[in-house]
Amino acid sequence: MLDVTGITAGYGQFTALWDVTLRVTAGEAVAVVGPNGAGKTTLMRVISGLIAPRTGTLVFQGNALGGRPPHEIVAHGIAHVPEGRRIFPLLTVAENLKMGAFLPSARSDFTASLDRVHRLFPVLAERHRQRAGSLSGGEQQMLALGRALMSRPKLILLDEPSLGLAPVMVLRLFDLIRQVREEGYTILVVEQNVRQVLKIVDRAYLLEVGRIKMEGRAEALGEQDFVRKAYVGL
Amino acid sequence: MIDPIFLVEAAVNGILLGGVLALLALGLNLIFGVLDIVWIAYVDLVMLCMYAAYFVVQVYGWPVWVGGVAAVVLGLFLGVAVHVLIISPILSSPPINQLLATGGLLFFLQSFATFLWTTDHRTVRLSLPVIEIGGMFLSFARLIAFAISILAMLGLYLLLKHTYIGTAIRAVAQDRDAMALMGANPRRVYLVTSAVGGAMAGVAGALLIIQYSVHPYFGAAFGPLTFMICVLGGLGNMVGAFVASFVMSEIISIGGVTWSTEMGYVVAFALFIVMMFIRPGGILVRRD
Amino acid sequence: MARLAALVVLALLALVPLVPMGGMRQYVLHVVIQVFIWSFIGGAWALMGRFGLVSLGHGAFLGLGAYTTTLLWNFYGVSPWLGAVPALLATAVLAFLVAYPCSRFRVVGHYFALVTLAFGEVIRLLLIAERDWTGGSLGLTLKTAGSDASLMAIQFADKRVFYYAALGVWLFGLWVWARLDRSMARAAMEAIGEDETAAASVGIHVTRFKLAITTLSAVLTAAGGILYAQYITYVNPETLAGIGVSLRIVFAVVLGGMYSLLGPTVGTALTIALSEYLRVVFGLKFIGMAETIYGLLLVLFIIFLPSGIYGSLRAALRHARLPARATA
Repeated sequence: MLDVTGITAGYGQFTALWDVTLRVTAGEAVAVVGPNGAGKTTLMRVISGLIAPRTGTLVFQGNALGGRPPHEIVAHGIAHVPEGRRIFPLLTVAENLKMGAFLPSARSDFTASLDRVHRLFPVLAERHRQRAGSLSGGEQQMLALGRALMSRPKLILLDEPSLGLAPVMVLRLFDLIRQVREEGYTILVVEQNVRQVLKIVDRAYLLEVGRIKMEGRAEALGEQDFVRKAYVGL
Repeated sequence: MIDPIFLVEAAVNGILLGGVLALLALGLNLIFGVLDIVWIAYVDLVMLCMYAAYFVVQVYGWPVWVGGVAAVVLGLFLGVAVHVLIISPILSSPPINQLLATGGLLFFLQSFATFLWTTDHRTVRLSLPVIEIGGMFLSFARLIAFAISILAMLGLYLLLKHTYIGTAIRAVAQDRDAMALMGANPRRVYLVTSAVGGAMAGVAGALLIIQYSVHPYFGAAFGPLTFMICVLGGLGNMVGAFVASFVMSEIISIGGVTWSTEMGYVVAFALFIVMMFIRPGGILVRRD
Repeated sequence: MARLAALVVLALLALVPLVPMGGMRQYVLHVVIQVFIWSFIGGAWALMGRFGLVSLGHGAFLGLGAYTTTLLWNFYGVSPWLGAVPALLATAVLAFLVAYPCSRFRVVGHYFALVTLAFGEVIRLLLIAERDWTGGSLGLTLKTAGSDASLMAIQFADKRVFYYAALGVWLFGLWVWARLDRSMARAAMEAIGEDETAAASVGIHVTRFKLAITTLSAVLTAAGGILYAQYITYVNPETLAGIGVSLRIVFAVVLGGMYSLLGPTVGTALTIALSEYLRVVFGLKFIGMAETIYGLLLVLFIIFLPSGIYGSLRAALRHARLPARATA
């Protein structure tokens, strides 16, 4: 579904990713793990179009999307749940979800999507008139994820979803991600919490200092060595 | 001691003035909130719309409401034009460049207007009555202008709250990139915002021409006041701008009656300076 | 090499008033004096502008400075030399009023520009409001000193005196700029301009620097305003403290490039030249044409040549001199 090949990208003079190649097949759940500063967020931003790659290609379902602006990439079916949630704090929960369905293709299915989101995240239905900024961290993450679902994506990019959440919430969250996955969505998740994320994905890549160092099936990687590398980068 | 009735009259006039000032401040804030750029030449756009209404009504003899529509349409067109021609190319330039670009536009508009129409003051001669309410004499024109400005603001509120694009505008003002991730082309949102801001300038122009005469340097009179209101209310803060408009207009109105017109302004501006020390972020500090 | 060239230019400038020009002399001197004074003021503005402190209200300092000396002279016969002291002090206080809350509370960028604009307006309106002694919007003419040349009153019928005074002041402004450029303050201000929080975290006293730069800029501007008032022998709230003036200063500096020593001078010279040219060509027929073209040029420059004429030229020359470097 998604073919990322030879991507080099960075900010100004600084290069964050070097010749990164990975792929995601339809229906899969793939994780990208790695220590802080490895370039995981940069990778997400390249895929969703917030940053243009310097070299390399990005092909999604046969369409070359490298360097295209974010709103075009979303229209092709990639939804990005950004690092830090980035929900609209002054809008209500309902309005946030409405914004998620901004695309004309999403708007026509608005009610069905909204129902699905409310089913997956009942708390959002309860608090639909509440200001998003006043939600708890975990609720905001659910809102961000629900908002992404509203755009009727084929691939969902999750950037550090467990960041800043209490451990109890983290477990809940990963369970929810698993449920979303079971609804049929393809997922590419970037995470620091290696142990948890390996439980819900099929494959994983290890990104270190901007390069892919390892890849493999989740079960195979769930051993000490990989996890240690992902945390410490040795 | 001044007859209290004059004070009350001034207070009421202050509210009436505040309505139109609020329109100006909201238009400016809307654009700033979304685009992060201050249109220094905003009130000069209003000036152009005032001229449009003037020409339509006074020179060509059309009814007043046509003049009003002309002003709004011109405002909308100007909003789009300014955005496409000037703002769009410099969206990623440093703030000083952006300020200077709209500053240059200010120069250009004021001098070009002088060149075209000279510095003569132009007035739309409407024989609108002066109404007496409880010993106060209020200009009917002012009352109408106030009423329409309230309607316009209500319209803006409805647009921002209950339409898709309106909510998108509010969303972009809060987080530009996140909205792009929702599939909204930021350029389009900017364009709509600029058009709405321009239309508001047009409405303000239509309302101002029935109360004041227009001349090329009208912007020099109302511009700084509008900016001060925006800063006082907190740049980008719509509610703050609304409140600040009335605070300032009250001070100007009552001060104008108590001392002199200029002193009214001076006191209002002095308040501004004091507020800068107390609450530099604005009266209702909310936005970053 | 550069120093020799500078000395030659300096010598030439010093000789200008002695060159036979026939009837044109008064006019040429008049124009050049204005260029020197406004370049000096522009440079003072650029001291703030180059570090991101964009002021759209420098007219406030011009007006405050010039009116203080003028009022003291007209009403109390106080020589402008002495009058300059309270004038500059008052300006420093005004600068403090502007800079302190802004730097303490991180009012920057557009916000700061609008605040300065407001202050400019406050001064202008105050000058008009107090029309009983300031003459209001009609302005005030300097009371004549009675003789053709009075050092005490800084009034000279002979333009050449003002020429050398303006030249001296202009050179002084360049010297201040150059000194600042080489000082620690410059590095500190650049750090502040780039990232205030980071600068503060390494111990740079942000507020103090901003206050210092603003005060320096304000005081120099006021001094320029005082000299201008003495030369023109007339003060007016609009021509000193109006938005037009403030914007024109900024325009000239941006045109010439605010990051370089001679940028403000180049820009000022160009704008004054343009204005004079248009006046000669169009006469009074096309009132407003000069400004119209200014405005248009300013906008076009911002869009296409953001580092100004001088800055762009320098950058272009630098590229031409160095061979293309291989990128990492």
